Amino acid sequence: MSAPTSEAELADVVKSATGPLAIQGGGTRGIAVEGQALSVAGLSGITLYEPGALTLVAQAGTPIAEIEAALAAENQRLAFEPMDPRALMGTDGEPTLGGVIAANVSGPRRIQGGAARDYALGVRFVDGTGTVVKNGGRVMKNVTGYDLVKLMCGSFGTLGVLTEVSLKVLPMPETEGTLLLRGLSDAEAVEAMAAAMGSPFEITGAAHCATIMEDGPVTALRIEGFERSVAYRLEQLKTLLARFDAEMTVGDAAMSDRVWRSVRDAELLRDVPEDIWRLSCKPSDAPGLMARSGAAGWFYDWGGGRIWVRMPQGQDLRAALGAFDGHATLVRAAPATRAALPVFQPETPGVAKIAAGLRARFDPRGILNRGLMGPVAEEVA
Amino acid sequence: MEMPIPDPSVLARKDRVVARLQQVLPADAVIHEDAETRAYECDALTAYKCPPMVAVLPSSTQEVSDVLRICHEEGVPVVPRGSGTSLAGGALPTADCVILGVARMNDVLETSYADRFVRVQTGRTNLSVTGAVEEDGFFYAPDPSSQLACAIAGNIAMNSGGAHCLKYGVTTNNLLGVTMVMMDGEVVELGGTHMDAGGLDLLGLICGSEGQLGVVTEATLRILPKPEGARPVLMGFDSAEVAGACVADIIKAGVLPVAIEFMDKMLIEVCEDFAKADYPMCEALLIVEVEGSEEEIDHQLALITEIAQRHDPVALRESASAEESARIWAGRKAAFSAIGRISDYMCLDGTIPVSSLPYVLRRIGEMSEHYGLPVGNVFHAGDGNMHPLICYDANKPGDLEICEEFGAEVLKLCVEAGGCLTGEHGVGIEKRDLMSHQYAPADLEAQMAVKDVFDPAWLLNPAKVFPLDVSEARRAERMAAE
Repeated sequence: MSAPTSEAELADVVKSATGPLAIQGGGTRGIAVEGQALSVAGLSGITLYEPGALTLVAQAGTPIAEIEAALAAENQRLAFEPMDPRALMGTDGEPTLGGVIAANVSGPRRIQGGAARDYALGVRFVDGTGTVVKNGGRVMKNVTGYDLVKLMCGSFGTLGVLTEVSLKVLPMPETEGTLLLRGLSDAEAVEAMAAAMGSPFEITGAAHCATIMEDGPVTALRIEGFERSVAYRLEQLKTLLARFDAEMTVGDAAMSDRVWRSVRDAELLRDVPEDIWRLSCKPSDAPGLMARSGAAGWFYDWGGGRIWVRMPQGQDLRAALGAFDGHATLVRAAPATRAALPVFQPETPGVAKIAAGLRARFDPRGILNRGLMGPVAEEVA
Repeated sequence: MEMPIPDPSVLARKDRVVARLQQVLPADAVIHEDAETRAYECDALTAYKCPPMVAVLPSSTQEVSDVLRICHEEGVPVVPRGSGTSLAGGALPTADCVILGVARMNDVLETSYADRFVRVQTGRTNLSVTGAVEEDGFFYAPDPSSQLACAIAGNIAMNSGGAHCLKYGVTTNNLLGVTMVMMDGEVVELGGTHMDAGGLDLLGLICGSEGQLGVVTEATLRILPKPEGARPVLMGFDSAEVAGACVADIIKAGVLPVAIEFMDKMLIEVCEDFAKADYPMCEALLIVEVEGSEEEIDHQLALITEIAQRHDPVALRESASAEESARIWAGRKAAFSAIGRISDYMCLDGTIPVSSLPYVLRRIGEMSEHYGLPVGNVFHAGDGNMHPLICYDANKPGDLEICEEFGAEVLKLCVEAGGCLTGEHGVGIEKRDLMSHQYAPADLEAQMAVKDVFDPAWLLNPAKVFPLDVSEARRAERMAAE
């Protein structure tokens, strides 16, 4: 394994590589690709933090925990609520900033606050030829040239190895509270969550779990903000959702925090034997999709727009669903499933052509996390 | 402003190109008479004008595809155009180009309140997207000052922002999917009605690509429920430094207003004259707006007022009514037109770290004296997106050139302060030749490589964004291939 400690060293490693490289942050997300391991963990540390400007810049290998601690000291946070994948994936190590950005990891607050990609202001990366490239910057509004920051977010290291990321951060709210509704069917729950998210009460979490909890279906809606505002909005929400005739209880900040940590990290799925898939879809399609999925269980986040699914080992969720507006990712799987099914939803021919073209330009030798997101670029002789 | 020499071989093919376009479009959608193409000679960067060879106004994705396929086959450059409100010259034609205007494509195709999106044709204006859903309590968040006129197509091309993006983000944060036509006529769908499209974030790449990667004909936009209420507060200070310090303190205190707008004395005067919003006369004015329930608004404004008091404001006034709030915003949003009544001006758009505001404002003041041109400042203070308005006299020989030199110095200053050339208007032609100040050759090469993938022949809006000398080899390759 190579573990460079500077961007220049990392660029040298890539430039002089003679075969595929497997890019690693903290190695917590269970991404398995062929090639010599290239760890970014040696590039670590916060290089700039201006609380008054809501910006933080750090090297890509910086542990998320270190960033969250620095932010908490100023009463700020990463608003996109990145998942800690260790429990679900059965991995150890430290989730890193580079890993979170490369995988565009966003939690329950995605529905209101946006995704990781919405908070990435700038990047530095090393492309597949060993060239250092920067894009974006550290200011909140920037349309200077093409937005390669977004392109790097969610590219899983296939276009370049991130070395530095600048982020927009946000103030921590004063408190939070969660309204729980019991006994709703999937269809009712999705409707109730849509009603809540269509209200002005700024729902920052909307999840529903029918098939996994032992004590029946439960739907959770989170509100964050100033204490009196949270209390007021939770009451308003109860009135708004009275027509669903569910048993409603309000959880305080401590309980709310536990619920959403559990949703964020998909804790309910940690010890189950099935393959784990994650689906992105139009929320109102969710109950219909699950009805035809053949799944052993599931829960909804993002008001139904994200579904965590337990599939019997080896079964292809994508084949069961057929064409739908969205995509399915194979998150955790038995080796046989891994061998048979790609991690990511296959792309339409038009999109696949563009993606392959970009890989061929950014990584002409096809050495960066080779084959992870699509066919390998032609080898250069 | 240097533009490439029109390709004589393209000009020589004009009749054939027009005839082929007429085969796929209705007669009134192909504009090729000199007197009529003049209507498309410029956008809102009016200092530069050049009538296109032809302008076309397709009515469907299929027609856009037909037009692009023909232009691709004929090797004709295409300049996409929304409503022509670009302040950066993003829609400025070249004499050998086809202007592709999407103004006839303005339908709402689908609305879903349960899934909170609206799908529109991209010629639809920004404000009329909100217009289509506001009766049902929803709105489309990005709100550029030109929102009455500007098209979603242009918003996507430039990744437009607005006054309220401190809370709601800019176009890229509110775009779920697009139908896009590639230069060779192929139609691709990116994203959809779900969040976070799969695969590479091509949606994020398209947004802000200034019409150089494809022509977006349909867009699925995120809509949001209207807040319970909103209220602005006006704060006057006797210096920009103090106003800047107040902004930083508000943000540090954990309050996140939806908007923090700054105006200096010159802008306060012209906007007050225009909108009669009863702005206090002072050196620096902040409009801070918060949203939420009545109680939440009261609570946030109490915190904000307490912070402002520590900075000895010369004025501090909450809006007392919806009418007053509307007037306060009308004044701010009319800033560009209000100053346009008294002078020709160039509007800059650099963004800087909020902490550098006082320094940058002081330097701009010094430059104003040096160049002998007055400057007004109005900007989104919460996110550091400045809009210095440099006044000049278009009828005075040499004044525009001095103004441009001054503007370039200001933008370089923004980059040196840790910021960027443009926060929401785009590069276009205006900032094209300054790109090398912000980006190293390898950084520009990586961006141009993206264009190579989407538009290998460099036919889409080719003379924009990248310094002409930097993109020259690629454009020359196209000419040689003909």
